[in-house]
Amino acid sequence: MTAFVSNTAPGNSSFSKTFYDSLLEVVDGEHLRTCLQCGTCSGVCPFGYLMEFPPGRMISYLRADIFDRVMDSESVWMCVSCYACTQVCPSKIPLTTGLMTRAKEELLLAGNIPKELQSALENSQRYGNPLGESPRKRANWAKGLETEVAIMGKVKRPVDILWFVGDYPSYHPRVQLASRALVKLLDVLDIDFGILGPEENSDADSQRLAGERGLFEMLAEKNGQALSKYQFNEIITTDPHAYNALRNEYPKLGISYPVRHYTQFLADRLDQLQPLLTQEIKAKVTFHDPCYLGRANGVYDEPRTLLEAIPGIKLVEMQHNRSTSLCCGGGGGGMWLDGFQWEKAHVRLSEWRVREAISVDADVLAVACPYESPRFEDAAKMVQGAGQLRVKDIAELLVDAMED
Amino acid sequence: MNIVVLIKLVPDLVEELTIDDSGTDLERDWLRLIINEFDDHALEQGILLKEQSEGQVTVVAPDTEGVDDVLYAAAARGADKLIKLLGEFEQGVNSHALARASASVVQELQPDLVLTGVQAHNDLDGSVGPLLAEFLGMPYVGYISGVTVGDKKSIARKEYPGGLIAEMEISLPAVLGIQAAEEPPRYVAISKVRQAMKTATIEEQEIIELDSSGGPTIGRMFLPEATERATMIEGDEEEVAAKLVEIFQELGLL
Repeated sequence: MTAFVSNTAPGNSSFSKTFYDSLLEVVDGEHLRTCLQCGTCSGVCPFGYLMEFPPGRMISYLRADIFDRVMDSESVWMCVSCYACTQVCPSKIPLTTGLMTRAKEELLLAGNIPKELQSALENSQRYGNPLGESPRKRANWAKGLETEVAIMGKVKRPVDILWFVGDYPSYHPRVQLASRALVKLLDVLDIDFGILGPEENSDADSQRLAGERGLFEMLAEKNGQALSKYQFNEIITTDPHAYNALRNEYPKLGISYPVRHYTQFLADRLDQLQPLLTQEIKAKVTFHDPCYLGRANGVYDEPRTLLEAIPGIKLVEMQHNRSTSLCCGGGGGGMWLDGFQWEKAHVRLSEWRVREAISVDADVLAVACPYESPRFEDAAKMVQGAGQLRVKDIAELLVDAMED
Repeated sequence: MNIVVLIKLVPDLVEELTIDDSGTDLERDWLRLIINEFDDHALEQGILLKEQSEGQVTVVAPDTEGVDDVLYAAAARGADKLIKLLGEFEQGVNSHALARASASVVQELQPDLVLTGVQAHNDLDGSVGPLLAEFLGMPYVGYISGVTVGDKKSIARKEYPGGLIAEMEISLPAVLGIQAAEEPPRYVAISKVRQAMKTATIEEQEIIELDSSGGPTIGRMFLPEATERATMIEGDEEEVAAKLVEIFQELGLL
């Protein structure tokens, strides 16, 4: 998809036409012509029931040449870019990457964005991370570990694996625990790896899906420049959003490297890992498929393979699993719209998910995306009966299963 | 309505500040600069006024690292004219010097209204606004959180402690120190800022001499010094809890 800046502001009568044409430029965009108005997208959308304009209705207004009315509504900011609509669309319309993201882009270009989102975008632009933390401290999480983590700019040597750590795994105190667990796993597997450290910027995929295409391109270029300085064979990511960006979006900008999510990487080394998993974890575990690992990229089995390799674990599935997984609410800018979405919905998707986890009597809600540990742990505090539920990253569970 | 907004960049507190070898200034090599938050509000207020009553907004800023980006972003937000003051600003100047230097430039622009942030965290010798007003011979009102403009006069809302607000009528031209714009500073898409970088021009004005007289001289700059009142209790949870109970009992709280 090429960046598209419309010359007509929302509210202009020709806006519908310009907008429609811009959607046709998206990969598979011409499928839009075959929309059946079946409404499946609106039905499956976790917030569709309270959107003034769920995807199906957006398309009907577009066809009726009155799309400027959609642009007057804030309802598109309820979209968490979870791919649920795209997944079920019988006409295979790129609803997430096309319709919803383009609509957010237009609102953003018109300067019409929720204030909450603004600070995450400004922080991303200024500091290279949405949390507004010092870019110089990006690798501070790795200080004081038994294994010294190689920072590419310092070690000045080629590595086998370049680990793209990501924003929350670098800065968020809860998610840092999972990052440290992954260091331990890479260490015991004797992997020669390095990180970009202060040279790493946000992968910016969520900023892109929140409508800030220019910011995405700017940060992708910075990451591209940093990556091009070093020699490595493959990238692994902690974050499914970074995985999605590096796999599907960066190549369009000429930044192309082999990339895997860490669950894929570890599952591939299960022969080596399995004998080390000696400690039984007696727990009923359920796995939450992250949208950008599952629906967006079709990775469902590897995380489960890893969990099943842990002795003692009984893996159970929640009502929504694999391609029907429920979004944690953090995608597409949702991570930075909690207040806005709470005001509109008075429910949290993360609480819905936690209720599903306890409805299958899970002791542990296993996750593989850095947005999720903090979101689900917060949600568990709000859901009755979820007091005992533990939220654990797969990397943390694997380390728990190893002898100290 | 000819509006001039005077802005400056200040050290970004996201990075830790260190003191240089002289012991009287910040170590500037590692400083990261950011637009003074109040100046950002002054800029927003200027653009809001332009949108309400037509006119032109000129942004004036001293040359420090990163100022071009800030000026282009201002253009993307709606500023019409960008002026960069060239001179020895990189090592930091006091408010007296900045006000004097900008006064000559602002005077030439013949503004109806001059807006600037009411304060900045590095205003060690008083804020720029009243000094600038003095050099320009204009009235000054600070702590403003709302402005309307009319013919040769402005109504400004000034904040007082205790939640009091006064509405004041001010003859124009005048200098206002902005506490908060009527709307939070707006977001502009990066693509628009990038566009502004291609289309907007930054006019440069040489400042030959910086006169910092009138301000204090810094004798020593130092980090807040720790007092010795706090006691760190060592030990595991049980030991710490036991010690706490003991202390509370001694103090008669339990």
